[in-house]
Amino acid sequence: MGTTASQLRKDLLSEYQELTFLTKQEIILAHKRFSELLSKEDRNVPTPRVPMEKVLSLPELKSNPFRKRICHVFSTSDMKDGSLTFEDFLDLLSAFSDSATLEIKSHYAFRIFDFDDDGTLDGGDLEKLVNCLTGETDDTRLTTEEMRQLISNILEESDIDKDGTVNLSEFQHVISRSPDFVSSFKIVL
Amino acid sequence: RAKEKERKKERDRKRRRNVARRASSARKEGKELEDRPGREERRGRKKRDKEGKGKGGEDERQEEVKNDTVAKTLKNFSNENTRKLEQKEIEVVGEEDGDTEEKRKNGRSEKGGKREDNGRGETVEKKQKKKRVETSAEHESSEEEEDEEEKVGEEKPEVLSPEELEKLKEEVDERKKLISTLRGKPWPMRKKLLTLRESHEFVEKYEGALGKGKSRKLYAYKVMMLKKWMKFQRDFENFKTACVPWEMKIKEIESHFGSSVASYFIFLRWMYGINMILFGLTFGLVMVPEALMGRPYGSMPRKTVPRADEANAMDFAVLWDFGGYAQYSVLFYGYYNSQRAIGWLKFRMPLSYFLVGVGTVAYSYMVVIRTMARNANEDGGGDNNSFNFSWKMFTSWDYLIGNPETADNKFASITTSFKEAILEEQESRKDDNIHLTRFLRVLANFLVLCCLAGSGYLIYFVVRRSQKFALEGLESHSWWERNEVNMVMSLLGMFCPMLFDVISALENYHPRIALQWQLGRIFALFLGNLYTFIIALMDEINLKREEEEVLKLNMTIWEASLYNGTLGVNSTAPPITVHPADIPRGPCWETMVGQEFVRLIVSDTMTTYITLLIGDFLRAVLVRFLNYCWCWDLEAGFPSYSEFDVSGNVLGLIFNQGMIWMGAFYAPCLPALNVLRLHVSMYLQCWAVMCCNVPQERVFKASGSNNFYMAMLLVILFLSTLPAIYTIVTIPPSFDCGPFSGKSRMFDVIQETLESDFPAWFGKVFSYASNPGLVLPFLLLMVLAIYYLQSTSKSYKQANLELKKKLQTQNEENKKKTKMAALKAAMDLEEAQKAWSEAPRQQRNNNASQQSYTGEKNTVTGHLVSSFVFVWYLKI
Repeated sequence: MGTTASQLRKDLLSEYQELTFLTKQEIILAHKRFSELLSKEDRNVPTPRVPMEKVLSLPELKSNPFRKRICHVFSTSDMKDGSLTFEDFLDLLSAFSDSATLEIKSHYAFRIFDFDDDGTLDGGDLEKLVNCLTGETDDTRLTTEEMRQLISNILEESDIDKDGTVNLSEFQHVISRSPDFVSSFKIVL
Repeated sequence: RAKEKERKKERDRKRRRNVARRASSARKEGKELEDRPGREERRGRKKRDKEGKGKGGEDERQEEVKNDTVAKTLKNFSNENTRKLEQKEIEVVGEEDGDTEEKRKNGRSEKGGKREDNGRGETVEKKQKKKRVETSAEHESSEEEEDEEEKVGEEKPEVLSPEELEKLKEEVDERKKLISTLRGKPWPMRKKLLTLRESHEFVEKYEGALGKGKSRKLYAYKVMMLKKWMKFQRDFENFKTACVPWEMKIKEIESHFGSSVASYFIFLRWMYGINMILFGLTFGLVMVPEALMGRPYGSMPRKTVPRADEANAMDFAVLWDFGGYAQYSVLFYGYYNSQRAIGWLKFRMPLSYFLVGVGTVAYSYMVVIRTMARNANEDGGGDNNSFNFSWKMFTSWDYLIGNPETADNKFASITTSFKEAILEEQESRKDDNIHLTRFLRVLANFLVLCCLAGSGYLIYFVVRRSQKFALEGLESHSWWERNEVNMVMSLLGMFCPMLFDVISALENYHPRIALQWQLGRIFALFLGNLYTFIIALMDEINLKREEEEVLKLNMTIWEASLYNGTLGVNSTAPPITVHPADIPRGPCWETMVGQEFVRLIVSDTMTTYITLLIGDFLRAVLVRFLNYCWCWDLEAGFPSYSEFDVSGNVLGLIFNQGMIWMGAFYAPCLPALNVLRLHVSMYLQCWAVMCCNVPQERVFKASGSNNFYMAMLLVILFLSTLPAIYTIVTIPPSFDCGPFSGKSRMFDVIQETLESDFPAWFGKVFSYASNPGLVLPFLLLMVLAIYYLQSTSKSYKQANLELKKKLQTQNEENKKKTKMAALKAAMDLEEAQKAWSEAPRQQRNNNASQQSYTGEKNTVTGHLVSSFVFVWYLKI
């Protein structure tokens, strides 16, 4: 991609380096991948957006059960359609990068799991989350009884103030004790 | 609710106006004297700057301002006669705002935090401020009091009073801090960009103003250098990540197979790094100096191939066995000369050899323990079961997985883990025939023990047999007989785990426990094999030493006969020169040990590669191509593709490393060989994994097992240094080969160096220091320190538990409290209802009181959680 569209301005590049957990090479790679996703006519727009379907076609996201949520969380689009600008895309990669802090990772994880965007994980969110984790096929789905049991167990463990939902600080508390959250909450281009 | 806020705001505004009026009237006299339009203008611009900070910032500020004003009204007008209910409302909102504020402070803007602090400490500062405000006398309303106050300092750097300067400095520092922490904030990029630019601008603008005249220039220069330094650091960081080898390869594997398979490769890379350093030490400080500065090949018996072997010393078969020229080279212990200092550098070869040997072991210990400690820190240690379900739920997905097949496997494994967990929780799974299971388990363990004993005996037998062969001379035997030991060990290592796998099917354990048993058994097998091998080697060492004794006697006879035969009685004549190849020599057990280890490593490497090629590659090829013409589906059915066996591979790696540690003293070439091996296996295994393995179904968790690997490595390190140190300390070195020849013990080299190379006082000090009278108390002290640290850590744990309990009870109390509050609110509500009997009003109240509970609860949880986490950190 030697065209002008794929060139990043130098000062922007350094600013991006300062603002994300990505290295220079990673930002350039991200930019390359992002411009590949753009359609021809989009390239001339000052801040082009990639529609969600195209972002989801990335092999890194293709098999992720939370791919739609991820797009929605990182999208700054006013239409709530999950489309991403390059900066949104960088935000995504930064949060999922190797060197991102636990705090930021857990913050975004919380928002990804918060399916109805109401700021807490309630029973409905947890149920959706379980369904995402167990896959689409019927033989891996949990029965309603199992689901109920599971959710009540989870709430018992992590709902410290017993209000029936898991809020951000509770979530971060749980996550911060987990041994493998940081190593698995990663997406690498 | 929004309406409510609006109304309240309005009320506040009215009150504020009141205050403003009062305040401004008080200040009037002083103010009218001064008229500074320029400053007004500047202030305006500054304000605009602040306004253009971005939407988010503005919103926040608004809210903060509101909060401040709410707090103010509360404090200023608490004596004012307001209706009870209304006041309650304000309190409610204030509290809630405080809560959101706090959250923001945690996650977001420092500035907000500061403001909030201002708001809190207002009662204290208020009076002071008012005085100051009155003297400077340029404020119109009390609402802008604080903002203005800050800005005054910023506006006129020329006439800075010390406290203003301080404030400005603080502000600049804050901005800087903001810049450095900006990347850790969960804001969208646009907001971050805007904040960054704005902050940069601010810092640039006012940083220069902090100094005066010359110092300002210096300051600017410093800032510039700092910028350059930052840039350099960033570039260096980039460079460093670019230098990490195989990063892309590992990431590719990671995205296909998830983090558990990748963890093996990361472990492999780590091992490679350690071996690189070991190799650097031995190569740079032992092998190269000896090769360059030591006596050349052929100058003395230990550096020459004996006459009897000369004919086939260059044969490939001999070289492959590390005999012939390979044996008499820098690769092995025997080649090194005992000359105290070599070359023009006066390099202390024997000392260096000894220190490098000790240093490699010490370095390995240090690295392993440090890594373990770091891992333990990351783990947070203990407390593993309290969030069992939540972790399964929130952290079980591996976001790296980019392969649909792996994703399917992951779905399945997550589902089973959920189901298992539920079952375990319910404890509904009862063993229907506990006696049968018990019997089978005992039987299985018995079988495994038989296997272990059998393999141990086999190795012992083979080693003894090979000694017999060696005595008879190797030439008369076939290739198999010569390489029997290594082959048997490798084959055992290959087939026994499979056997264990079959046996463990009897036991009917939970897969995770079964995996642990399996790992433990393989570990025992490897360890047993290794130790049998070592014991057999010890036997051989003793044999060689007996041989040596005999030879020493013969040597004197031979020398005497040499002199007698050629020169008769005239012993004063110059000694005749015998070619070094002809001089009889001792068996040199050290070289023998080194050779054994090198052979073991080579054959082990070969078997690993061959199993990889046959077991993985050939199998994959067969399955792939025979599938077209087979009667059942090979890919899904019986042979299928192989999985990547993470735990087995890690164990192999660990034992390989153990052998390196054990043998490195007697064969300095071992680390080099190992580096080579690891390098090749990195490429070979990466390739094999990507082309012929399928993702595993039973996932061995990556990071959770990291310290498990490390612990095994530590055990192996200890067990492998034990025999090495034993031989070094107890067995006298051979008399005619190696750097320590002629000494009664290897470590005598230290004493020798102390005596001859250091001043006398140093030797004295050393001898005092190594006096048992000093060493024993020191050891005692260390033991006590360990005991102390352990008990403190225990007490921390206890405190932690205590805190946890407190947390729970507090929660319950809070619950009760909120319940009470709810009751009270309900009563108030009823009153209000009676008072107004107005439907919308009631609705509002209801909302407000509900909000109050959640708000309060949230703050309490936040506090508790943060304090809890803090204690955890303390403990670590």
